[in-house]
Amino acid sequence: MELAKFLIMRSELSLLAVVLILLVVEIFSAKSKQGAVVNLATGLFLLHTILGFVPVATGQLFGGMYQHTLLTGLMKSVLNIGVLILIMQSSGWLKQPANKGRVSEFFLLILSTLMGMYFMLSAGDFLMLYLGLELATIPLAALVAYNLKEMKSMEAGAKFILLAALSSGIMLFGISLIYGSSGSVYYAEVVGTMEMNPMQIMAMVFFLSGLGFKISLVPFHFWTADVYEGAPTNVAAYLSVISKGASTFVLLTLLFTVFKTMFDAWEVLLYAMAVLTITLGNLFALRQQNMQRFLAFSSIAQAGFLLLGIISGTHYGMTTVIYFVLVYVFSNLGAFGVAAIVYNASGKINIEDYRGFYQTNPRLSLVMLLSLFSLAGIPPVAGFFGKFFLFAAAAEQGYYWLVIIALLNTIISLYYYLRVVKAMFLDRSEEPIGLIKSDVLTRVAIAVSVAGIVAAGVFSQVFDWIHLYGWGM
Amino acid sequence: MVLVPVITMVVIALFKEPKKVRIIAAVGMAVQLIQILFLLVAFFAERGAGNTSEMLFVTDVVWYKSLNIHYAVGIDGVSLSLILLTGVVIFTGVFASWEIEDRTQEFFITLILLATGVFGFFISLDLFTMFMFYELAVIPMYLLIGIWGSGPKEYSAMKLTLMLMGASALLLVGILGIYFNSAPGGGPLTFNFIEISKITIPAAAQYFFFPLTFVGFGVLAALYPFHTWSPDGHASAPTAVSMLHAGVLMKLGGYGALRIAVMLMPEAAQGMAWFFIILATIGSLYGALGAIAQKDLKYINAYSSVSHLGFILFASLMFNQVAYEGAVLQMISHGLITALFFALIGMIYARTHTRNINEMGGIMKVMPVLGVAYMIAGFASLGLPGFSAFVAEMTIFVGAFQNNDMFVRVATILVVSSIVVTAVYILRAAGIMLYGQIKNKEFELLPDARWYDKVAVFILVGVITGMGMFPGWLAEMIFAGLTPMFERMAN
Repeated sequence: MELAKFLIMRSELSLLAVVLILLVVEIFSAKSKQGAVVNLATGLFLLHTILGFVPVATGQLFGGMYQHTLLTGLMKSVLNIGVLILIMQSSGWLKQPANKGRVSEFFLLILSTLMGMYFMLSAGDFLMLYLGLELATIPLAALVAYNLKEMKSMEAGAKFILLAALSSGIMLFGISLIYGSSGSVYYAEVVGTMEMNPMQIMAMVFFLSGLGFKISLVPFHFWTADVYEGAPTNVAAYLSVISKGASTFVLLTLLFTVFKTMFDAWEVLLYAMAVLTITLGNLFALRQQNMQRFLAFSSIAQAGFLLLGIISGTHYGMTTVIYFVLVYVFSNLGAFGVAAIVYNASGKINIEDYRGFYQTNPRLSLVMLLSLFSLAGIPPVAGFFGKFFLFAAAAEQGYYWLVIIALLNTIISLYYYLRVVKAMFLDRSEEPIGLIKSDVLTRVAIAVSVAGIVAAGVFSQVFDWIHLYGWGM
Repeated sequence: MVLVPVITMVVIALFKEPKKVRIIAAVGMAVQLIQILFLLVAFFAERGAGNTSEMLFVTDVVWYKSLNIHYAVGIDGVSLSLILLTGVVIFTGVFASWEIEDRTQEFFITLILLATGVFGFFISLDLFTMFMFYELAVIPMYLLIGIWGSGPKEYSAMKLTLMLMGASALLLVGILGIYFNSAPGGGPLTFNFIEISKITIPAAAQYFFFPLTFVGFGVLAALYPFHTWSPDGHASAPTAVSMLHAGVLMKLGGYGALRIAVMLMPEAAQGMAWFFIILATIGSLYGALGAIAQKDLKYINAYSSVSHLGFILFASLMFNQVAYEGAVLQMISHGLITALFFALIGMIYARTHTRNINEMGGIMKVMPVLGVAYMIAGFASLGLPGFSAFVAEMTIFVGAFQNNDMFVRVATILVVSSIVVTAVYILRAAGIMLYGQIKNKEFELLPDARWYDKVAVFILVGVITGMGMFPGWLAEMIFAGLTPMFERMAN
């Protein structure tokens, strides 16, 4: 094999380079230089993100275990943008004295999970997929438990690793059934043998359950709220956006390729899961007081909306899913970003604490307003377009009842998003959260999210571009 | 058209002092109104020059290629007349909210955002952008009522927003349904409603999507029994918002119900008309009777709006071009009169600090200008000849009665009878409030209208009487605007 062929894995290689550089820096740098490490890591990752947009030859490696298509490149770029915003947002938090000496750890862990997600996306067989999934999961557990001194954080970490192991096991069982019935783990070879017989349907169900856990679809969502609540805010944001986005992409790819012949089976499953996920996610979100729990349930509901695009089974539906994930990255990171800034500055996390927030922090509350409106799907911000296109994708295939159920749920969701808006804008408080000053990188990150929320909708080029690249299948 | 409000908002965002903000908002909306008047002149010039295309001044830019979504705008007689209404109401609305001191900057930005949505809605030719502007117009209401409102404002704001967004959810399904059935013979799908009106949507689809679309728009036009957001919302909203909302925003519902729901899906509309006619009839009677029972001035007018909007929905189900013309006339007339009413109520409330008619009395002696204006609004509202409502209601009922159907005629008579009830509640409120003894000694010291109040009141009174005296050009413009789509619908 030629060395040049390895360049097909360019995104993995450059990410690996970033990780290694940071590892070396970790060894040689003084513990007090937190800021320098943060800036270096952000700079390196920015380079990596830009590099991801440079076109590269498509193809496969290792006898088909690894494949790179325009589509996977696109999905990776979407994730990159999210991670970039996220690590910039985390800068203020990482520079706090409490995190002294543990900064590069954060980056190493987070970038390793990203690497795992890359392999999940580019996998050409189930084994590679499984390896990627594990690589994406285990460092996450460490990240969830990052706040070593907090019981809640440790508990969340333990909960996460246990349930992740369980779901991995179920998924692996599904894979073994697939291998047993088709004699191969390669996607290309499995495709031809998948039929609607009970064994293979069972294999698919097990497999999907594993992925459902990662995306936190109902009924695999039980870990979500507890883990999000216990995890540091920025890690919760990572879980809800990047981790969820990557798994959705994998689900999308697999259902559209390997399990395409079993459409009738997963259509029913997805239909039921979509209805349950959206409805339960919304209903639970209604009564939450804690911002992180609140956003956890809202993100469960959002995942349900994504299923609307997947169930359509069309190229257009696929485009909308990727587009929605991109929009969701911006909106949810905007909301989580503000929550993180507030929590790190004041230690306040309840929705009630946000009362009168507009009086003291008009800009941050406007960012929150835009993000929540985008999540709720209100024009002119991008979330409106994302939701509209998802609904159009489902309606195109005649799922009008599903669309109606989803739309009724958007009303419920509007209620709880407006609760936060009400607290910030309508209510006045005797002791509002004081004026918060955040550092430059965090502000840039927030600005990028807002720019994304506004621009992704108005400029149709974004959507057309995704549509074009979506031909990878 | 959308540009001027957006620029105004940006400029307002740069200034903090209430005085400057007010002036900028007034200037911006004045520019907008002048622009609309120019547009009106240009429109007649084009028509005079023999340009017979259905929509004039069309701009059509492809927005989302894969879905064939366009940013397509254009005007005809119908939309132009409603744009004119919006321009007048928002301009006077700025003057009616001259005394807002709390977060002035934010107030005007949100108010103008609302107006932007309304302007955008009326000029849209594309269902997608239309829907987008619709939601854009609804959501600022939450903040406007919630922050600057009075009474149980948070409850009202939430109720209003959720009900209207619920309606928009139904509407969205309807629009998607129309879109995916817009090319029954194959070919590219389209969101452009002019194009869609040229084809026939399959009957089965019509029967599924017509009720969704009609109710979706109908909720905004206070279709019984989905009108409950309206009294609470109007009563809690600040003056200018009540004006814009009752005056213009509810017309979005009427316009959409007529132009999108009925005209694009005439077959189902005709099939299901009986049901919605009953609802509209109940609405107009219920609203009128409800108004009698109220003591709060704003509630009286909110119920009166429910009643008058019932006329519009009723007329839009008549399948008769004269009735349709009346519906549009009624939208404009009611928009102006309600705006005037709410402006006056806001001004009176700002002085007396009560809206309960039983606590007032002898207002006419203290504030002659406002009192006279209130009487004018009242007379106009109950359909006295010489004012706009007379023209509009007359046209509706003449059109409606041309139907040979017994059921429709009975319904028409019932709806007409609600006008009598209107006279009762208007005169009752005016009588108690304006005449008689001054009940509260403190009221004697209250000042009459200030200059900015007068600007708002005089403009509105002028337009209402103007429309009542010279309705010809407006009616002709609307009638001509309705012709192309009506002919296609009748076939």
